[in-house]
Amino acid sequence: MRGILPKSFVGLILLFLAFPIVVVFAVSFSSANYLTFPPPALSLKWYRVYFSAENWLAPTWLSIWVAACTVVLSTFLGTLAALGLAKLPRPLKVLVSGLILSPLIVPVIVVSIGVYYAFSKYGLVGKPIALVLAHTSLAVPFVVTSVTATLAGIDPRLEQAALSLGATPRGTFFQVTLPLIQPGVIVGALFAFITSFDELIVALFLSGQGAVTLPRRMWEDLRYAIDPTIAAVSTLTIVFTAILLGTAHYLRKRAEQNRTASP
Amino acid sequence: MSSSASLRTTTGILLVAPLVIYMVVLYALPVASMLLRSLNDPTWSIDRYKELMSDTVFFNTLSNTLYTAVIVTLGSLVLGYPVALALVRSKRLAPLILVVVLLPFWTSVLVRSYAWMVLLGRHGLINEALMSSGLIDRPLRILNTPLAVYIGMIHILLPYMILPIANALRQIDPSLARAASGLGSPPWKTFLQVTLPLSVPGVAAGGLLVFVLSLGFYITPAMLGGPRDITLSMLIANQVDQLNWAYAACLSTVLLATALIIIVVCRRLPGIGSAFKMSAR
Repeated sequence: MRGILPKSFVGLILLFLAFPIVVVFAVSFSSANYLTFPPPALSLKWYRVYFSAENWLAPTWLSIWVAACTVVLSTFLGTLAALGLAKLPRPLKVLVSGLILSPLIVPVIVVSIGVYYAFSKYGLVGKPIALVLAHTSLAVPFVVTSVTATLAGIDPRLEQAALSLGATPRGTFFQVTLPLIQPGVIVGALFAFITSFDELIVALFLSGQGAVTLPRRMWEDLRYAIDPTIAAVSTLTIVFTAILLGTAHYLRKRAEQNRTASP
Repeated sequence: MSSSASLRTTTGILLVAPLVIYMVVLYALPVASMLLRSLNDPTWSIDRYKELMSDTVFFNTLSNTLYTAVIVTLGSLVLGYPVALALVRSKRLAPLILVVVLLPFWTSVLVRSYAWMVLLGRHGLINEALMSSGLIDRPLRILNTPLAVYIGMIHILLPYMILPIANALRQIDPSLARAASGLGSPPWKTFLQVTLPLSVPGVAAGGLLVFVLSLGFYITPAMLGGPRDITLSMLIANQVDQLNWAYAACLSTVLLATALIIIVVCRRLPGIGSAFKMSAR
């Protein structure tokens, strides 16, 4: 490794990855009214602006609400589908997983204007439910991949043992399978939450005037006036996301340990 | 035996059915009916696609989109490979590198593009630093140029390059490199003749992922680019705003078809399919 790969080059790239986020943090604690770095003095005034402005708080609550509904819908449908996919014979499985995973590949703008085109016929534009329905399609692939990965690590003999000892299929599911896949379900749910919470392009078309989410509100603000309130909002969302990811990572680690610890 | 197999299949179908119905009704059909507007508005014809052939706005936008995707893919490869190598080889620093790679990965595209606006602006950090060090005496114009778009997109897509390459590198038997150096090969030669060729599937998977994802970029070029840096996604959004549905549908079909053709062709190449599967986050 020495000689081929100068450590300083890797260090610079890591700096490139991390630095913009550090800058957003720093700007959010600035006392200046315009974007400067380094900040002339530290202050919490942009956080005060954010927490006292209804036109920031309302979109925040809407985003949390939409993301929560998306989590419920996508986790339920996605977990069932992941359990089903494992039982399907090969050609059918490829076809179904192709449909389910396709939102990872199809450009979001195509999905967005597709749902906008269809939903506007039914007067759904500007209603939070439209965002939930569209975000669920985008979030489902993360739930399915996460649950499928957990499912693949489970010893099938555990289910067979439960069944042969007289457990009903229903009892086996609730007392054996579900507890085993639970970490995967929770990680998938967290990813679904972040997917919806950060989503902007669908919201640009479906929000209308009545369902302005936080990313949509930030986008409008960036178009007209750039003030450090955005940096404060960004910092809060980054910290929030980091907490969710930390939780996901912890759960995954714990599940792995449980699996390797059992004989 | 065969009846238990068919019972298993039936259970599987019943379990996937709710999601499949959901996605057909609320995702696939809406997109398909929108795309059909390119063919049936007002009557069935392929005239829209014929008109595209002589449409200079379309060709400029398509070539800009493809060119940007190529630059971003190459840039991500050059910056991503060393990080992937460090991630796999440095046991001590690996957790730190992983955090640095993954935290931006899950930070919203909007926030990261905003961060680059702060950094690259006329009075942004980079200009201020260069001016105070006396290297330049007037601020450089970086924001609202293609360069700003490349920087922002590479920043966003770099993890998609790093993770598949790291996966491929992890699967290389370490005894191969040891054998090469034991037989007297210098480190750079071992790298070029052993490690690099064996990591090609990861490079191809990462490159494919970055290229296809950059084709659909909308927010970053809209925020960081200049008035002439239009991507296909931006043109599509712009046409929908003007209620020009048939044209928007036509452009969407081209964008989607380009992405799908690239994936279908590339996944047939040996090794990519498996590397691609692992890289799905």
